[in-house]
Amino acid sequence: MNHSVSMTVNGSKRDGNVEPRTLLVHHIRENLGLTGTHVGCDTSQCGACTIMMNGKAVKSCTVLAVQAEGADIMTIEGLAKDGELHPIQEGFWEEHGLQCGFCTPGMILSSLDLLQRNPNPTEAEIRHGIEGNLCRCTGYQHIVKSIQYAANKMAGAAGDD
Amino acid sequence: MYPAAFDYHRPGSVQEAISLLQENPEAKILAGGHSLLPAMKLRLAEPGAIVDLGSISDLKQLSLNGGATIGAMCTYDALLNSNELETMFPVLHEALAWVGDVQVRNLGTIGGSAAHADPAADIPAALVALEAEFVVVGPNGERTIPASEFFIDIFTTALEPEEVLTQIKLSAPDGNVVSAYEKFPHPASGYPVCGVAVVVTRDGSGNVSSARITATGSVYVVTRLTGAEDALTGTGGDASAVEAASERATEGVSEFAGDHYASSEYREHLTKVFVKRALNRALGN
Repeated sequence: MNHSVSMTVNGSKRDGNVEPRTLLVHHIRENLGLTGTHVGCDTSQCGACTIMMNGKAVKSCTVLAVQAEGADIMTIEGLAKDGELHPIQEGFWEEHGLQCGFCTPGMILSSLDLLQRNPNPTEAEIRHGIEGNLCRCTGYQHIVKSIQYAANKMAGAAGDD
Repeated sequence: MYPAAFDYHRPGSVQEAISLLQENPEAKILAGGHSLLPAMKLRLAEPGAIVDLGSISDLKQLSLNGGATIGAMCTYDALLNSNELETMFPVLHEALAWVGDVQVRNLGTIGGSAAHADPAADIPAALVALEAEFVVVGPNGERTIPASEFFIDIFTTALEPEEVLTQIKLSAPDGNVVSAYEKFPHPASGYPVCGVAVVVTRDGSGNVSSARITATGSVYVVTRLTGAEDALTGTGGDASAVEAASERATEGVSEFAGDHYASSEYREHLTKVFVKRALNRALGN
């Protein structure tokens, strides 16, 4: 039996009708058309499917769409505001934090979770913070630099207030 | 990967959840979903019905009043954010911090980990070392199961099919209590190849008056290492006493886990090593 689900996605209320076994990542990609969230390993290892649910990074391949009833969801498509890249996105651009880009949406949202908790992380804390995301291209060094770039930029922006 | 089809239920109360379990004998309880959903996607589990506890807000409460009463649906992340819990029970905080990665900790729950009883889970080691009490509610009302009787075997607990784990209770540390959790993580999965939790109480003169030491990952069900506990009790808890205790750590343990990654002999060895590391850190040696 299908269930109706309603959630806020990138600021807009989105209704759907899903089988209970529908994974949140498939609902987001196939029903809502937001294909920035990727399916990588499909076994909650790689983090390519990471989204923000109620303000925290989660792996959407390991959440049922029906579990997200009433949730506030943000996908990578919701991060830039008014055409301006988020500082983390800018960091990945400036510091070459990606090669193929497959892991990037998840990597960026895990970084967002990290910087929300710890605006000024050490390199070790950054590497620990993204341990739930796998990248097969970069060797992580440029990803770490990208997050450091974002942390510096966000600290500067906060200082301007 | 899709799970096999199932009926989905989202009760608003524990009583409603129990009724659903009675009406659907094939049902499984869904907590954080980070063990059950992967198993369902791989078709290792194909429950006909799911009872999702996610809407029962009572189960997400953490109450600290001397000891701790932890709602079964508290996420690892919610518990890690409690400074008071960390101060009172360092061993639990350290075990929580070792679980999975941030995304897993944001959704996975302490009750889910306990009820699932994965032999390589971190949390049961801390809960047994802290002598936690498990409050469960079923058709016949509420009962409390001591930690020593809760974990029975691989993926097997004392929970009856129609019972729901609602709370985990921890008594306040009595006297001078130190604790720690040390782990050798599998480099790919992060699960403990061997994890050791220690909770040690010292008397007024600094001698060890009681020790509770548990192993996970290296054994098929979380196990009290009574040889090490006995060896440490009554000593001054210095490095030589810890060394002697670690030598007796595997005494009486009937079987160590072994697989293609780590043999049972290696895990037995690791258990001694990690008993030593955990005790030395906890005792400040």
